[in-house]
Amino acid sequence: MRQRLWTIAGEVCRVGSLGPWGLLSVLFIGSLGSGQLSAQSISETIEDVSPKVVKIFGAGGRKNLYDYGSGFLVSPQGHIVTVWSHILDGDAVTVVLHDGRRFTGQILGAEPPLDLAIVKIDGEDLPHFDLTRDVGEAGPGATVLAFSNVFKVATGDEPVSVIHGVVAARTKLSASRGVFEAPYSGPIYVVDSVTNNSGAAGGVLTTRDGRLLGMLGKELRNNVTHTWLNYVVPISELQTPIEEMITGKFKPRPSEDDEAKVTVRRFSPRDFGLVMVPDVVSRTPAYVDRVVPGSAAEAAGLKTDDLVVFVGERLVPSCRVLLEEFGRLEPGDPLTLVVRRGDRLESVQLTTPRNSPRNDVTTDSP
Amino acid sequence: MRQFVPSVPCLLLSTVVFACGSSAFAVEPPVRDAEAARVSMIERVATSVVAIFASSGDGGGSGVLISPDGYALSNFHVTSGSGDFMKCGLNDGRLYDAVIVGIDPTGDVALIKLLGRDDFPAATLGDSDNVRVGEWVFAMGNPFLLATDFHPTVTAGIVSGVHRYQYPAGTFLEYADCIQTDASINPGNSGGPLFNAAGELIGINGRGSFEKRGRVNIGAGYAISINQIKRFLDGLKGGRIVDHATLGATVSTNFDREVVVDRILEQSSAYRRGLREGDQIVSFGGRPIGSANQFKNVLGIYPDGWKVPLTYRRGGERHDLLVELRTLHRASEMLPERERKPEGPRRPGKPDDKSPPPEDPHAHPPTPVAAPEAWKHLYEERDGFANYHFNRLAQARLLKGLAPYAELKSLGGRWKVAGTVADGRTFVFTLAKEGLGLKVGKDGVYYMPLDGSEPIDEPPGSGGLLVACDQFKQLLTREPESFSFVQYLGSEPLDGVGPAVEVLQTQVGVVHTRWLFHREEGRLVGFDTTLARDVDPCEFRIQSVGEFNGRHFPSSFSVRSGDREFATFRVNAAEFLPTPPPETR
Repeated sequence: MRQRLWTIAGEVCRVGSLGPWGLLSVLFIGSLGSGQLSAQSISETIEDVSPKVVKIFGAGGRKNLYDYGSGFLVSPQGHIVTVWSHILDGDAVTVVLHDGRRFTGQILGAEPPLDLAIVKIDGEDLPHFDLTRDVGEAGPGATVLAFSNVFKVATGDEPVSVIHGVVAARTKLSASRGVFEAPYSGPIYVVDSVTNNSGAAGGVLTTRDGRLLGMLGKELRNNVTHTWLNYVVPISELQTPIEEMITGKFKPRPSEDDEAKVTVRRFSPRDFGLVMVPDVVSRTPAYVDRVVPGSAAEAAGLKTDDLVVFVGERLVPSCRVLLEEFGRLEPGDPLTLVVRRGDRLESVQLTTPRNSPRNDVTTDSP
Repeated sequence: MRQFVPSVPCLLLSTVVFACGSSAFAVEPPVRDAEAARVSMIERVATSVVAIFASSGDGGGSGVLISPDGYALSNFHVTSGSGDFMKCGLNDGRLYDAVIVGIDPTGDVALIKLLGRDDFPAATLGDSDNVRVGEWVFAMGNPFLLATDFHPTVTAGIVSGVHRYQYPAGTFLEYADCIQTDASINPGNSGGPLFNAAGELIGINGRGSFEKRGRVNIGAGYAISINQIKRFLDGLKGGRIVDHATLGATVSTNFDREVVVDRILEQSSAYRRGLREGDQIVSFGGRPIGSANQFKNVLGIYPDGWKVPLTYRRGGERHDLLVELRTLHRASEMLPERERKPEGPRRPGKPDDKSPPPEDPHAHPPTPVAAPEAWKHLYEERDGFANYHFNRLAQARLLKGLAPYAELKSLGGRWKVAGTVADGRTFVFTLAKEGLGLKVGKDGVYYMPLDGSEPIDEPPGSGGLLVACDQFKQLLTREPESFSFVQYLGSEPLDGVGPAVEVLQTQVGVVHTRWLFHREEGRLVGFDTTLARDVDPCEFRIQSVGEFNGRHFPSSFSVRSGDREFATFRVNAAEFLPTPPPETR
């Protein structure tokens, strides 16, 4: 409900920890245009992402059951990913795009255990997330943006609301079973800002350069502490069922044991002339073992014993995460590494080679 | 030696986060510079942030100074419960008296004046039309009344949306064209400033979306855009209860996403200019209109009486108009706060906490509110005004613009003004006690007796030029008190598009005149005289002033009514007879 802010005498509320000022500074750099960490400003990211997020109107509208929600386009023909909820209880929903265009959407499929549904509108050349390309991963500390139709604030041709936050944790929702009543149990991002509000579920969480991290979850309240959890389902959990629903091959999944995923890695540290320490434990710190003479890494000034702390915007706690991040690079991408050398942090710029050495599809398991 | 300590990345993160002051790891210079710039910006603007407390000590909110002489903006819903005088704390640790100046109950804005200094630190007004989604903003103020030493709390966020429309909540409070932010806005932030990264004031924080989680921020706060407030500011400085406007027509969005006129009042200016039901609104106020909300957004940012460009399409043809906006509320709906039942201050409670919050053991019993003796003269109560004292000041200031005509003061007898119109014909105005006449060329003769009969549109199509001229004579030769009602209205662009003019309104019987003074130079540039409600006024525009027998008088003026040019008059002779002595019989 919208209310006026009334003021109070006397009562003082304790406020939690302060916001992440340091990270704000990192963001400011981007917005100041120094281009060291990212060439794209937040405003540009928002202009790019907003058109891919849609407002959905359907069943509800009584008592606490709001009749509005969010979704995001994943195909130019109008496939929309959203959260499975009472809004989809009718035969059809109304979908409004950022430019005010209205469509009638049909529910194509749903996977309640994942809180996932696909709605289809008839369109052409619609802005959308390409799930093979525009996706990313983030670790704790990463700055993120959340886009959604929260509180139905945006109407007609207004783009959805966007708020900023920081990934507080990557964890599993199932760890708190009995405390949280949610059908979904699996990996989630926990965000430090209030991403999950009325109408926000089905919206997106992205990196600050606009890569899709996941779908905003529903409002979830801890039965013990009465606090609210702002969680986001990583897109990697949804990608396969989304593709199967779109292609009509979807079968409700028999088990949650699909850990052994095979991913295509386009680049590795060796492509830049970096040899990392052997990945011996589950969280091997990402130390540089050796720099190949004459390589791009050497030219950029990387040295043996450097500890890689950030790849781009992502905090790198282990060799495994480092390999994932390198695997996601596109030919020609700029690559910024932050390394710890002695007691200093150094920032190093590299450019991903134009030709991927692994275009012939090499696969490796993490 | 390398040590595989899992917590190393965490430590590093902490170092990055709290880089300031740490020497363990160097931080990139641009990061440090950005932070230093932000810190110094906040130090600079924090001096202008006001903590407002009701003089009763019961409740309060925030505000922001916008001029060195102490004018400060806040929310109407903050000051409406605070009385005519309030106490304001600045971050110099001092408490100042302040008086209410003007209010905008619809837009939830209040203007107050801090007293006792002429060198208050003031915020720089920004341009809220340039605010972009995603840019950094800082909300400052006194949330939860934490700032007992008057140092404002700062919260940072991004702009989440622009041109948002928030439906009226409760009575008539409406947030049109507001800025949505995720900067934390909480109870007590009301009335405080929203700054951009450059430290410019872009909005006044006033509302948040609250739901089941109690009355604390949940990521959606709304600020009234500063550009909207700028349009109302002179009216507020004039001690008024300013009103928003209506077009006199309602619109809706049809299935093809066209915004179409549903219903239109025949009395409205828009109707007289030709707008009809079924017409498609293309643009309004210079903005393209693609939804009914956008239309309401544009409407919500204008004061009543402004002339705003409107473009509509009918049968494939575009039409451009200038429409005059009508008052949104009846005067009786706009009662000042003392006549309204004050709402008690609310306290935030936990969602499941039904019990009242514990009493503050240190609370003082509310003291009866008395105006500070030194400042009592700065408040004057009058129906329809927030503080008539400031309207009186503004009236006196505008009337100084009539100084060039001072020699006419004692010449209230018969006036004869002669010259030529554009096509070369001659004209003579005669303004006498018995009646008003105009002769144009050989056979154009127009006359209106002053025998108490209804004012008439004479010459026909001029909007009542003879009556308008007589109003001008009354203004120049008699005291303003000779009108039955005088008030200062505020400022507006001349004829919708020209330079800013300040408006003084007078009334005699049913005849209203709006006197338009150049905002920068103070001179009278023209006036609009309206003979009755809901008709087009006679628009008299002074193009030049000349000297006739040592007396200043307009040497050239044009007259329009509706969307039609009536005539342009060039004066070559003028005769003014002295005011006859009162008849003794």
